[in-house]
Formats: sequence, structure tokens, C-alpha cells
Amino acid sequence: MNDTTAPTKKPAGRGNFELDERLQAYKGVWVFIEHERGEVHPVSWELLGEGRKLADKLGVALSGVVMGSPGLPTRRFCAEAFFYGADNCYLIEDQVLENYRNQPFTKGLTDLVNTYQPEILLLGATTQGRDLAGSVATTLQTGLTADCTELNIDPDNRGLAATRPTFGGSLLCTIITKNYRPQMATIRPRVMAMPDRDGNRSGRIIEHPLGLIETSIVTKVLAYIPDENQDKPQLPFADIIIAGGRGMKKPENFQLIWDLAQVLGAEVGATRPVVQAGWVEADRQVGQSGKTVRPKLYIAAGISGAIQHRVGMDGSDVIIAINNDPNAAIFDFATYGIVGNAMTVLPALTETFRQQLAVARMAS
Amino acid sequence: MHIVVCIKQVPDSAQIRVHPVTNTIMRQGVPAIVNPYDLFSLEEALRLKDKYGGHVTVISMGPPQAEGALKKCIAFGADAAILVTDRAFAGADTLATSFALASAIEQIEKDMKVDMVFAGKQTIDGDTAQVGPGIAKRLDMQLLTYVSKIDELDLAKGEIKVQRRAEGGVQVLQTRLPCLITMLEGTNEMRFATMENMFRAARYPVNFWNKDTAGIVDVSKIGLKGSPTLVSKVFAPKPNTKPAEIIDTEGHEPRDLALTLLSKLFTQHPKLRDSIVKQAA
Ligand SMILES: Cc1cc2nc3c(=O)[nH]c(=O)nc-3n(C[C@H](O)[C@H](O)[C@H](O)COP(=O)(O)OP(=O)(O)OC[C@H]3O[C@@H](n4cnc5c(N)ncnc54)[C@H](O)[C@@H]3O)c2cc1C
Ligand SMILES: Nc1ncnc2c1ncn2[C@@H]1O[C@H](COP(=O)(O)O)[C@@H](O)[C@H]1O
Repeated sequence: MNDTTAPTKKPAGRGNFELDERLQAYKGVWVFIEHERGEVHPVSWELLGEGRKLADKLGVALSGVVMGSPGLPTRRFCAEAFFYGADNCYLIEDQVLENYRNQPFTKGLTDLVNTYQPEILLLGATTQGRDLAGSVATTLQTGLTADCTELNIDPDNRGLAATRPTFGGSLLCTIITKNYRPQMATIRPRVMAMPDRDGNRSGRIIEHPLGLIETSIVTKVLAYIPDENQDKPQLPFADIIIAGGRGMKKPENFQLIWDLAQVLGAEVGATRPVVQAGWVEADRQVGQSGKTVRPKLYIAAGISGAIQHRVGMDGSDVIIAINNDPNAAIFDFATYGIVGNAMTVLPALTETFRQQLAVARMAS
Repeated sequence: MHIVVCIKQVPDSAQIRVHPVTNTIMRQGVPAIVNPYDLFSLEEALRLKDKYGGHVTVISMGPPQAEGALKKCIAFGADAAILVTDRAFAGADTLATSFALASAIEQIEKDMKVDMVFAGKQTIDGDTAQVGPGIAKRLDMQLLTYVSKIDELDLAKGEIKVQRRAEGGVQVLQTRLPCLITMLEGTNEMRFATMENMFRAARYPVNFWNKDTAGIVDVSKIGLKGSPTLVSKVFAPKPNTKPAEIIDTEGHEPRDLALTLLSKLFTQHPKLRDSIVKQAA
């Protein structure tokens, strides 16, 4: 077994609250800057925003970790990381890091952690971040909390308190990592707010070698096939979302959702039963097992507001709910509610928006 | 060819209720199922077996009742099933779970070489997607997560070619066996259990392993002791702070409702108004 346990790490049990002296040396908050095809995934900036708050509470530095090949704009990624709040960037540049692959990225990130010893390491809960986080945490033999929705510092012991949904979202739990460092967590895109970008900030780049050659990497990338459908729904980043639930009754009625979306230039979202019934594609599902969204406006029609749906959308600025049941849970947290039949209210809304927008356009 | 598939028995979360007063999960009467994501991995393993021949072993770590989930997999067509069960595993987080499973897989390997391990993309109760990568790391196997398609398997060369879902597209990867694969959901459909396999499952004696049979010597790596993370608090989601402002008009005419709503929206959220105007332009 390839067991890489550091022998000095004491197992933590309940009650074992004192941090080993060796682990007290672990300082600072890190964010893994994920990129693909020359673009940084926005979740990395969201995590820098959150990481900044944690670092400030702890009084430590915030750093980004950038790994890539010399052909990629890695320095620009570092500069952007500074704009979004990082004080430092750890940079590993190596030809073998051209595409994401588990083995070299795990080695690079693990080496950086062992060398520079951060106390907290955050990654996006994406296909890349989750693949990497699990491998790195196992190699480092430390705790990893997946899909967190809230991060806090426990003032008593400076530890990370990571909150995440459990049991299908019915409950939340707060997880701590006792006598192990770094404390690792993944966070889904759009769960944290995008921080402001300050183009005047700068920081320090700390370069580190990878120390791995292509012939020792087992997995090869033969090709990358970009998604054909480039105009696939981009719900997580939409400013306006019109979403429908089972209360729309029939797939034909869903057209009313599309009509309003068209007038507003909005994306269309849906609840899980609607996706499962095949009324819209799976990419449009909002919630626990779908997308997390943070639009400026979310209009929910015929949606009950179950917790599994709510967790994906209650970060929206303004929520308008249309439901014929005055006791529907969605009215507990929406901004505005209309108690009524979605089949008549939606067309009226569409028409009213159309007119108001025409007026606004004439005025400008 | 020998494939090990890791499956977990989970409560059917669609039917979970939370006790309104104590905030605890009410498990009574909630049926236990095979983690739905694991079925995509099991089906893929069975397809490889159909095509290339071989042996599929399913393994699970859990309480004795998890035997039911393993029998279900036998009914689907798995050849052998092992339940790793021991009180010493209680309280395991993903690190401790992957340690125990990896150790058991090494024991399996002593009887028959393992070419591939499959795990689910994630569970619906733990939901972490970490156990698969953890096992791969511990067994020093190549890791292929979010696989949407197995393009080619060359057993003679010990090579496999797969398509892996990435954020903006699909990576075509080639690697060497042994490897650990987690399948993306929806990439195949679980077959029906045949009558013959159902009978076999009914008679099949699931192998019960304890920590010793699973080859675990260092008990500080399993259960609560071997888990770096601790659940410090479980609580119900915040009851919302502010209920919706209900828009109502005399006669409840949809058109009046819409007008009232819009004027409220536009006067109280001028920034939103601007961005709607911009967006719709
Ligand atoms: C593990 C797990 C994960 C899940 N993940 C998700 C997820 O990611 N996303 C998700 O959405 N769900 C998810 N769910 C399902 C979730 O629990 C709810 O079942 C689902 O959100 C309900 O969808 P709905 O509101 O469309 O349907 P319903 O709950 O059936 O609500 C329909 C609503 O429409 C109203 N209505 C009926 N007729 C009209 C009318 N004429 N006009 C106006 N209103 C009307 C009704 O009053 C009702 O409130 C998950 C569940 C589990 C267990
Ligand atoms: N107790 C367990 N027994 C067997 N397999 C497991 C167990 N826990 C997790 N797994 C496997 O690891 C995958 C990911 O689980 P998780 O990390 O909990 O989301 C699951 O889909 C299973 O294939």
C-alpha cells in the first residue's frame, strides 16, 4: 500500500483539541487557482473573496496556487489573483502541466503544501477540484470537507469550521479538522459571492519546481473535445433566471416560462421533477443536485421551495414566487410573492415587462 | 480480468424526514438502497465483463444490514460480494473509509489480481466524491474520475482509453491498468436482474470480513480515530428571516398583479431595473 502517513501526525479523537507543535507552523490561507483552456474558472475568484475574509480573521496572508505549462498565461493568472485579493501566488510552471492530470497536479500541490505549510487550502468543487482535492488530502492524510456552503473561523482555536448540507440537504452540519493540517475544503461555484476586482493590487510570486518528467507520468491526454454545444445553458452566471416547477403541470405550459425568459433575455431554470420528467435538459436543474445560481432576479413559478431547491437559489438578490398555495414554503424566503395561478400570472407578467421595457427603451 | 466495484448502502434520501423538534434524521422506515451513482459503475463493470470475460467482485464497508445491497448487486450479475463490517469502523470519515476499503482490496488481490476498481461518482448521503480518489491514491492506481465513456480496453497491453468529463469539454485519456474509475451518472442504464441471478443472489453467502480479515493492523487509521474530520454540529437550515411581501390587488386580476409587482420591483430596486433594461436590450 502506498501509504504516505507522516509518522508524527497524532490521530485526533474527540477531546484532543491541542494542535501539535509541528502543526502550529502551518500558517496562511491558500486557494487553488483552477484553469482550463487558458481561462481561470470563476470559482477560484469567488474562493479568493472568501479566503480573504478567513485570512483577515486569522491575521495571515492569502495565497493563490497556480500550476500550468510555460505556454499558458500563468503570470496573468497570478496578476488576476492579486486583483481578487491574494497577497502571494505560488507558481509551478512545467511542460507536463499543460493539461490537467491527476498525477502531476497532485504531486505539485502536495509538494507546495509540504514546503510552505498553509493552514487552510480551498478548491472549487468542480470536476478538476474534486479530483485533485481527494488525492491531495489522502496523500497528506488530512481532513477534507466537500461542498461547503459556509466557512468560518472558530475564535477559540483558530480552526476552520466548514458547514455543508447533509442527508440530501435536509440538515446542515459543521465539520472541523482537529489535529491535522492543512484543513481542506471544496466549495461549489456560485456558492460564494464574486469579490470586487481591484486592478491596483499586486503581490509576490513564489516559484517552485515540479520535479517530474513526462515519461514518469502514466496517464496521457490524447485529445480534448470541447463541448459542441457552446451555447449550453450557463445558469450559474445568468443575471436573470425564470424557473418553473411541477406546478406548471404540463410540458406545453413550460412555454410560458420561455416566453418570459425571452422578453427579459433570461435563462430558464427548473426543479428536479421537471428535469426528471424530461421537460427541460438536466443542465437547467437548480438546487442541491443541480446548479447553484446567484442571479440578480429569480422568478419561480409553480415551485414549492423545497430545501433541495432552495439551497441552489437563495443566494439570488431578488426572488419572485408565483404559487397558488399561500402556504408554499417558497413564500417563506422569496422577496415578493404572488398567490395565484402561474398559467395566468406568467403571461400577464410577460406582457407587462414587454410594455415597460418598450417604454424604458424609448426613454433612453 | 478482475474488477472490484465499491458500493455503499445509503438511505433513500428522497424519503428522509427530519424530526421537527429534535432536528435528528428519522431513519425508521426509510428504505436502504444501493447508492444510485454506484449503479452506473457496476453496470459499466458488468459490460466490460460481458465483452472481455472475467470476474466482478462487489465490496462494501458498512453495518451488517448492508448485506442486502450486496445481494442486489449479485442479482444484477456480480460474481462475488464482500462486506467489510466491524464496530471498529464506526465514525469513519472519507480518509478512514478509503483506508479500510483499500486495505480490503489488497486482501482481495491476494486471491486474484485486480485490474480495475470502480467507485461511484459520489454517494447521496455523504456526497463527498472523495472515497474513490482516496482508494486510488492508497493503492497507487491511476485515477480516472467522471468517466463518460470507455473507448478501448487492451488487456494484453494493459491499457485503457476513456473519455473524462472536464469543465468545458471532454478529455480523452489513456492510461495503464490497474486504474480506478468513477463513472459519470446517466452514462449507461442498469440492466434488469435475470431470474437466474435473482435465485443465485438469494442463495449467495456474502463474505463478511472484519478488520483483521481486511488486513488492517493499524487501528489508529480506522473509525473515529483515523478520521481527521469531526462533525461538531448538526442543525436545521436557518428558518428564513423574512417572508415574502405578498403582492395583492383588488379582484386579483393577473394584469393588475403584474403591474403592481413591476412598479414595486422597479422603484425599490433601481439597479435591478437598469440591469433588466440592459439585459433585455
Ligand atoms: C437528494 C435530493 C436531491 C434533490 N435535489 C434537487 C435539486 O437539485 N433541485 C430541485 O429542484 N429539487 C431537488 N430535489 C427534490 C426536492 O426535494 C423537491 O421534491 C422538488 O424541488 C420539488 O419540485 P417542485 O417545486 O417543482 O414540485 P412540487 O413540490 O410538487 O411543487 C409544485 C408547486 O407548484 C404549485 N402549483 C401547483 N399548481 C400551480 C399553479 N397552477 N400555479 C402556481 N403554482 C402551482 C404547488 O402549490 C406546489 O407548491 C432533491 C431531492 C432529494 C431527496
Ligand atoms: N462505505 C463504503 N463502502 C463501499 N464503497 C464506498 C463506501 N463509501 C464510499 N464508497 C465508494 O466511494 C464512492 C464515493 O463516495 P463518497 O466519497 O462518500 O461520495 C461511492 O460512490 C462508493 O463507490
